Amino acid sequence: MDELDGNAAAGLLQQIFGGEMTTVAATCATCGTTAPIGESVLYAGGPGTVIRCRSCDGVLIVITQVRGTYCMDLMGIRSM
Amino acid sequence: MAGTAVPRRLTWEVATVTAVMPETPSVRTIALDAPSWPGHRAGQHLDVRLTADDGYTAERSYSIAAAADDPLAITVERLDDGEVSPYLTEDVHAGDQLEIRGPVGGYFAWETADGGPLLLVGGGSGIVPLRAILRQREHSGSDTPVKLLYSARTPADLIYRDELDVHHDGVEIIYTITREQPAGWTGYTRRVDGALLAETVWPAGKTPLAFVCGPTSFVETVAGGLVALGYEPGRVKTERFGGTGGR
Repeated sequence: MDELDGNAAAGLLQQIFGGEMTTVAATCATCGTTAPIGESVLYAGGPGTVIRCRSCDGVLIVITQVRGTYCMDLMGIRSM
Repeated sequence: MAGTAVPRRLTWEVATVTAVMPETPSVRTIALDAPSWPGHRAGQHLDVRLTADDGYTAERSYSIAAAADDPLAITVERLDDGEVSPYLTEDVHAGDQLEIRGPVGGYFAWETADGGPLLLVGGGSGIVPLRAILRQREHSGSDTPVKLLYSARTPADLIYRDELDVHHDGVEIIYTITREQPAGWTGYTRRVDGALLAETVWPAGKTPLAFVCGPTSFVETVAGGLVALGYEPGRVKTERFGGTGGR
């Protein structure tokens, strides 16, 4: 599966959050590293979109879409 | 200025293809007329959505190839196993319509006020947002010094070659090609690594602002190499794309 970075999810994140998110700094709940979302690791080829921490590979964000409704799991982010 | 604009809802709009220009055998630039386009900053993206007859949709994000005051355009490389790029590089013609939304992304973007000196490092079609930044600098009359290090497989794979070969004061273009050693070639003929970076880029003491775009492995090598040379990690902006990524 192609490994991209958070920049490639800019449109999806903006659609959900209503603003530009790739410059927002997120702190990983697994390792505590803080980095802009644009720098994170993105896997977009599966059934959902998975955004992982570039330092520890912990999952930061999971986004899936079911019948037109987005489901978003932000449990991997301590703060942003 | 887009950066200070009131946030607006991101919606799909229909753009009309006004021209299709071949860049290399596998790369085309598609110029778009999007009546409600709100403007963009160099380095930002737009999303393209294709819808099949059965309702299946595929979305991809492409770097905008244009400066803020240029006509809107994207440059697309054909990926043989791609869902979207084969259509965009072979089947789209002037007069066709595409669904787009944007601009999106603000991380890998440059405005004149961001200054420099600028180090732009591109692998393969990673040159696209860097070209937008170069044009932005030129159009704004900025004298920010720029070095562009551009890696491709062969000279024929160098996108925007004619445009890049036009001299601009304060801009140094450094090519390296990785699959050929053609007669008469005066650029480098090896992959970008720490040694090549050390030979070519601004010294860290100038506190350069770096933009690195290309395939994931290329970006990792370059970003790691720049930080090893003393570049501030926060001033090394990166953007990675998938695919084969000729560089």
